[in-house]
Amino acid sequence: MIALLGRDLALAVRAGGGFGLGLAFFLIVTVLVPFGVGPEPRLLASIAPGILWLGALLACLLSLDRILALDWEDGTLDLMATAPLPMEALVSVKALAHWLTTGLPLVLAAPAMGVLLSLPAPGYLWLTLGLALGTPALSVIGTFGAALTVGLKRGGLLLSLLVLPLYVPTLIFGAEVARRGAVGLDVATPLAMLAGITCGTIALLPFASAAVLKVNLR
Amino acid sequence: MSLWEYANPKKFLGLSGAVLPWVSAGAALCLVVGLVWGFFLTPDAARFQSTVKIIYLHVPAALMAINAWIMMLVASLIWIVRRHHVSALAAKAAAPVGMVMTVIALVTGAIWGQPMWGTWWAWDPRLTSFLILFLFYLGYIALWDAIDNPDTTADLTSILCLVGSVFAVLSRYAVLFWNQGLHQGASLSLDKEENVADVFYFPLLVCIAGFVLLFLALVLLRTRTEIRARRIKALLARERQA
Repeated sequence: MIALLGRDLALAVRAGGGFGLGLAFFLIVTVLVPFGVGPEPRLLASIAPGILWLGALLACLLSLDRILALDWEDGTLDLMATAPLPMEALVSVKALAHWLTTGLPLVLAAPAMGVLLSLPAPGYLWLTLGLALGTPALSVIGTFGAALTVGLKRGGLLLSLLVLPLYVPTLIFGAEVARRGAVGLDVATPLAMLAGITCGTIALLPFASAAVLKVNLR
Repeated sequence: MSLWEYANPKKFLGLSGAVLPWVSAGAALCLVVGLVWGFFLTPDAARFQSTVKIIYLHVPAALMAINAWIMMLVASLIWIVRRHHVSALAAKAAAPVGMVMTVIALVTGAIWGQPMWGTWWAWDPRLTSFLILFLFYLGYIALWDAIDNPDTTADLTSILCLVGSVFAVLSRYAVLFWNQGLHQGASLSLDKEENVADVFYFPLLVCIAGFVLLFLALVLLRTRTEIRARRIKALLARERQA
């Protein structure tokens, strides 16, 4: 498992594209928003949590088809399937690698982006914490979507369509944590719900992803 | 003699063929009676004036939109557990019908909301949930169309249906948490004393029965079509080999 994780990470960093893509997209979105809605700090502050979460979600979405498609094309995936590692572990590692290369940089970059969008001071902690808790769920759900569409030639649009409604609860609770944190309200309930979604998806969804991948490799 | 006998496509075709005319006739009868009764023979409600009459389309369509997904869920489970092809095809057949029901509910709701709420659309929990349900239907149908191998597609879509159901329920409660609604509470429920007034209640029940039968008839018809389409495909494949 460790070897597989190391391989995926090395590929993502070295082969160019995969690693920086999501982060670059996130930066572009947050930098462009003030040009679109105007530079007024109060307006920006009120939409900042939502924009940051949306940017993170779209950045995740952008890199989803890379999770499995490349390995599928050159046949590596078939070899991995015949390896002694169970399929559930394989998809979990894939999701983890995706999170490390996409989710984690976003979490680290989010406070800096918060400055650009004049996020109120109490919001930083909760925004970062919420993203750190929520983005793993995005990666795991995305891996499920990628496993569903892995056999398709141009599955990108379908992948987005399938994953979009699955992302809704995470987005709602995540943005709610950031919004409430920014205005200084109690964040316990949405934070607990967000953590619950993440734990639930990490625990259960790899089984569905593995089942789907087995069908696709059949 | 058990229910599972009808997993045999030939038996299913026989039974559904015998039942279909009756179901269709029942649907037509209920819909005509319910809609005519509702549209022309009930008074206008005090607060809503004549806009109340859209309830006869809106409520049954919304009801069937959800029930269609539940039916697909059950059919998907049967496919995963017992691998009866008829079941997978029934789930496939039900999806577009359910999606149309969702669209009817959304559109009639918008038409009603314009004069009553002063807006076509509001980010109300119920409305939002239905929009999400619509997206689920869209994804499910798109996945069915995307892949050629029918068994692979059946497996993938049924797992998507299971996962989607969990997330649909999750979304329902998430949006409830996220925004308070404009939409009124349930018009009908079994455990509540107070429903809509009787004048509206009975024609509404007839309309709901009509929609249930209509859904049943459409699903049976579409499943029969799917079975026959697959039979034709198999025959053509055999022809090509010979």
